[in-house]
Amino acid sequence: MSVLSIREKLAILSDAAKYDASCASSGSIKRDSLKSRGIGSTEGSGICHSYAPDGRCISLLKILLTNFCIYDCSYCINRSSSNVRRARFGVDEVVKLTMDFYRRNYIEGLFLSSGVIRSPDETMGEMVEVTRRLRLEEKFGGYIHLKTIPEASAGLIEMAGLYADRLSINVELPTDEGVKKLAPEKKPETIRLSMAKLRRKIEEKAEPTLQSRKRERFSPGGQSTQMIVGADKTSDDGILRASARLYGSYHLRRVYYSAFSPIPDSSSALPLLKPPLMREHRLYQADWLMRFYGFSQPEILAGSNDGMLDLAIDPKLAWALRNRGRFPVDVNRAEREALLRVPGLGTKVIDRILETRRYRRLRLEDVGRLCHSVAKVRPFITAEGWSPGALTDKAGLREVVTRSCEQLSLF
Amino acid sequence: MAGTQLSLATHLVRLESETDFDGWRDAARRLATNDVTPQDVAWRVEPDADRRDGDLPACSPDSRLVVPREFIERAERTICHSDPERFGFLYRLLWRLRAEPKLLSIASDPDIRRLETMEKAVGRDIHKMRAFLRFRKIGAGEGERYVAWFEPDHFIVERNADFFVRRFTGMRWTILTPHASADWDGERLAIGPGAAKRDAPAEDDTETLWQTYFGSIFNPARLKVKAMQKEMPKKYWRNLPEASLIPDLIAGADRATSAMIARMPTTPAPHHAKVQARHWPTPRPAEADDIESVDTIPALREMAKSCHRCPLWRDATQTVFGEGPENAEVIFVGEQPGDQEDLAGKPFVGPAGKVFDGILEHAEIDRAKVYVTNAVKHFKFEPRGKRRIHSKPNAGEVQACRWWLDKELDLVKPKLVVALGATAALSLLGKAVPITRMRGQVIERDDGLRVFLTIHPSFILRIREQEDKEAERERFLGDMRTVRRLMAA
Repeated sequence: MSVLSIREKLAILSDAAKYDASCASSGSIKRDSLKSRGIGSTEGSGICHSYAPDGRCISLLKILLTNFCIYDCSYCINRSSSNVRRARFGVDEVVKLTMDFYRRNYIEGLFLSSGVIRSPDETMGEMVEVTRRLRLEEKFGGYIHLKTIPEASAGLIEMAGLYADRLSINVELPTDEGVKKLAPEKKPETIRLSMAKLRRKIEEKAEPTLQSRKRERFSPGGQSTQMIVGADKTSDDGILRASARLYGSYHLRRVYYSAFSPIPDSSSALPLLKPPLMREHRLYQADWLMRFYGFSQPEILAGSNDGMLDLAIDPKLAWALRNRGRFPVDVNRAEREALLRVPGLGTKVIDRILETRRYRRLRLEDVGRLCHSVAKVRPFITAEGWSPGALTDKAGLREVVTRSCEQLSLF
Repeated sequence: MAGTQLSLATHLVRLESETDFDGWRDAARRLATNDVTPQDVAWRVEPDADRRDGDLPACSPDSRLVVPREFIERAERTICHSDPERFGFLYRLLWRLRAEPKLLSIASDPDIRRLETMEKAVGRDIHKMRAFLRFRKIGAGEGERYVAWFEPDHFIVERNADFFVRRFTGMRWTILTPHASADWDGERLAIGPGAAKRDAPAEDDTETLWQTYFGSIFNPARLKVKAMQKEMPKKYWRNLPEASLIPDLIAGADRATSAMIARMPTTPAPHHAKVQARHWPTPRPAEADDIESVDTIPALREMAKSCHRCPLWRDATQTVFGEGPENAEVIFVGEQPGDQEDLAGKPFVGPAGKVFDGILEHAEIDRAKVYVTNAVKHFKFEPRGKRRIHSKPNAGEVQACRWWLDKELDLVKPKLVVALGATAALSLLGKAVPITRMRGQVIERDDGLRVFLTIHPSFILRIREQEDKEAERERFLGDMRTVRRLMAA
């Protein structure tokens, strides 16, 4: 094989990494370089330094250390049977690229993943070495996300947690059966155990130590995971069920949904279709309902026919239309929990409603000034001087709401 | 409009710069304490004015002006906005705050809406500067420095400079904008006058690599141009080295996707067969559940790892098997593993396990000499946010898992079994028994095994009243002392 230039390697190994949905650089501790006189900071919320024409944020240098891989997962471009071009970065090269990009303010940090070569520990060891060099030799204070290899040894995971802001392990697919079928060499039970170990480690390190009474650093941005949507037959209800289980069991910060995307040189085991982007979007919305809106997982699709999220309207509106008995909600008196159920009211808007109504009663116009689209909210609330009357129970309400939302977007 | 205001105004404030918050604050304090109405003030930025406060009255000593700290902070942010009327607007807010101290909380008030909109615009501009500013390197070694050209919408350079200091402390850099510049020499930050684009370097070799990355990380199958433009509006593109690629990437996307979809799957790569042979030798045929051949607890535990006898394995992390010496005289049987046990893979390590350990020690039963296990070996729960709420296993699940418990009993052959709670009793006796009524009793099974009945230690944890809790603990301790006597007998 001819020697590849850095540029060729970068092209191959970022192309190989692009099917990982996460690019978040948020959720870590605050950190700057004032003391270390090094380079890099994290300030809580992440920064998207660019956007690709796929609408996705580019926040991190997201690359694979190598795309050689002993696994043969049919949805993955890097599976061992794929004819994709292969490359392998050296530790030095990744460190230099990261620093060169960071100094020019292209990125928030590094998201390093890798195909597994020879053994999990060997691959994980090199990834950890990259992070160690960045932190200790380059005094790098930016964000580091490491994709952890489930079978790697505990000692390596411990080091990874010391240097990285976030660790993640991909569950790959929402069901064990799916993993067995499409990623026959991966073991769902090992993936779960690794997530359980990570949660225990994160909790253990969050306790102050007995001697120094200080907290040791360990993956301050927690752990996350990703599952591929649309490569197997799991329904949205099944996917959300898997997410609820993962959030509850392993305290993940995020579950990422990645619409299965056709890949060059794909396997015959998979549907060759355009990725279901709207479905992916609805899943994220439903995920938000579970995490920030007090919805339990079974509620979201209770009463739906096929366990699939409605692609035409958002899951909260769909839920409200199925549960009209819970409306209208009085914006001047209702508890926060009840307001969170109103379509079109987000958590920030609700905070402002709660603050404002301490001093004055809200009219529909006031709500209109606070929220994005009063047309969506109107049928589901009462306000000073406003009652939706029979509108809430009207047969064609779904059309009324969707039509008025469309009209609004014409302005 | 501005002109009429000016001619009617009785007071003119001359500010030193577009972001002269101290000047605004000083003038506003003087004016407000002298009851000068907002209509009577005109605001101007005059960097070269001789006298700043000539025609402004001194602060009136009789009038105290108190505003919420929040207002100061928000005004300081809003003053960076490029709207020339912002000074007068902020003074009007100050004026209204005197009579309406809660004004800032009325999010539906039009002035507050405007304030929020302006703050948001400034905040967004600050954020976008942090995101889209690009440094270019010049010089090398000692002379190395990084220079950026950026065109913000508002007057944010001063407010934003500290961010770049915190982030790029170990680097010498200069940020040039039309309104102001910021320079960090590694030790000190200096704010200077505005500059022009030609003052910044025109290129940097690393940009080729950055463009390579930008082009490769893009997935043509997911084209969403609007979403990109919403977050990265075109006005920024002229200063982004990667933006020149966008038109071609968009134009080629459909072709690239169709090509990907159309291409037939190829034959496996040449090295694939070798990799498979080396790393994934054909697995041995799965062993049947040949329980007769299993004659040790470790072997049984190994076998239970892949138990699918009931659906509880789906949501749990792992099978939590029994633990303890194989020749233990007594087996304690709980209900099922909880959150902590599920993570650790060991029985009785969570909160209830700690209570249990404490009481066992108190009762002088050596924990290391007893065998502990559960009636059901996978954790059954309902996820609720970041918690898992324990659900009681049903009769079918208990029945399915009894298979394992029976084998544990067979191998350990204890003198006595302690059923902790109703589920354990159900599993051991094959029927539901009223635990509270029958606790402390020993029931002899048909096969001669003696089963001692008591509550599950988690019951103690659930009692709220401290007194009742203590009483229950004492009762449980009593039960454990009985168990010790029975063991000795």
